[in-house]
Amino acid sequence: MNCIEAMEKVILSLKEEDLALFNLGLNSRMAYSLKDRKGNFYMLGSMGLVSSVGLGLALNCDKKVVIFDGDGSLLMDMGIMSMIGVLKCKNLIHIVFDNEAYCSTGNQTTYCESIDLASAAEVYWYKTVIKVKSIQEYDDFLSSLHSLEGPAFCLIKTDTCNVKDFPRVALSPAEITERFRANMVSQGKP
Amino acid sequence: MVKVSDLWDYLKLKKYTFCSSVPCSMLKKLLDSGIKDPEITLIPAVKENVALGLASGAYLAGKKSCVFMQNSGLGNIINALTSFNLIYKIPVLMFLTWRGFESKDAPEHLIMGEKMAPLLDLLEVPHRLLTDSYRDDISWAIHEMDNKSIPVVLILKKGILR
Repeated sequence: MNCIEAMEKVILSLKEEDLALFNLGLNSRMAYSLKDRKGNFYMLGSMGLVSSVGLGLALNCDKKVVIFDGDGSLLMDMGIMSMIGVLKCKNLIHIVFDNEAYCSTGNQTTYCESIDLASAAEVYWYKTVIKVKSIQEYDDFLSSLHSLEGPAFCLIKTDTCNVKDFPRVALSPAEITERFRANMVSQGKP
Repeated sequence: MVKVSDLWDYLKLKKYTFCSSVPCSMLKKLLDSGIKDPEITLIPAVKENVALGLASGAYLAGKKSCVFMQNSGLGNIINALTSFNLIYKIPVLMFLTWRGFESKDAPEHLIMGEKMAPLLDLLEVPHRLLTDSYRDDISWAIHEMDNKSIPVVLILKKGILR
């Protein structure tokens, strides 16, 4: 799968009320330039932390929380998968765009050429585990996105790409927090 | 000395009811009672930065949150502090146990025991000892968080909790 296309379609299919957290680098830059929205939270640093923040958010609200993660990022703190799975967080969708590389720093390889994160998700008790390697599988995944039973783990195998094709997020970190929290308030009960 | 039930009651009064923790023997009583309390959500975390991430996610949802960990865990959360909480202005009430206090502890705790406070100063993270006047200490921490919107640390010395 083409990395950009794979990410684009998921970002564009997010519903108004969905909350989405984006890993630093490509995920954040793509989402910001393609469809910036008040329910988006962009990580600018702290690689590996997006899934922890997403779990904390999902445990404290009723809305669907979609985490856009990377293979390198998830490998940094895989212990979080045990928590997501065992805590049975039903409103959590954990999507990992696995390009087997550290895309933001020049596509150095991760270990994901040899290991399968989807198998790990099964071991860690995610309720739903999906692995996407082809266009057909991708289309099936996309059409089921809003009905997945959480916690769901969706591994999308993609090509590598160049993060520099997308501009940096132009919001300050404090603005990202403030806007996201204000959106939670405006949508009523968290 | 502070009774763990009194500490929890005050945290509940102040609405700090979402917590995440990494265990420390000095926190045993506190964590054991917190996990049984139906008004507290205490999520054990696999690592200190994960605990801080969880508490931060709760803040994004509009909740007040705290973390409990050993001071050795400060080493694990420095990046989360500098490239996340401090710049995103995400306050979390952090309780750190002080292993290695006055160099009277196992060797693995001695350096962090000595460096914890200077490290927090360097990072400009407000910190203070939790004392018998725990209500004042927690109120001070909340006041700091309200003003600065960053994490604030309360340090637990051995024997303070009962």
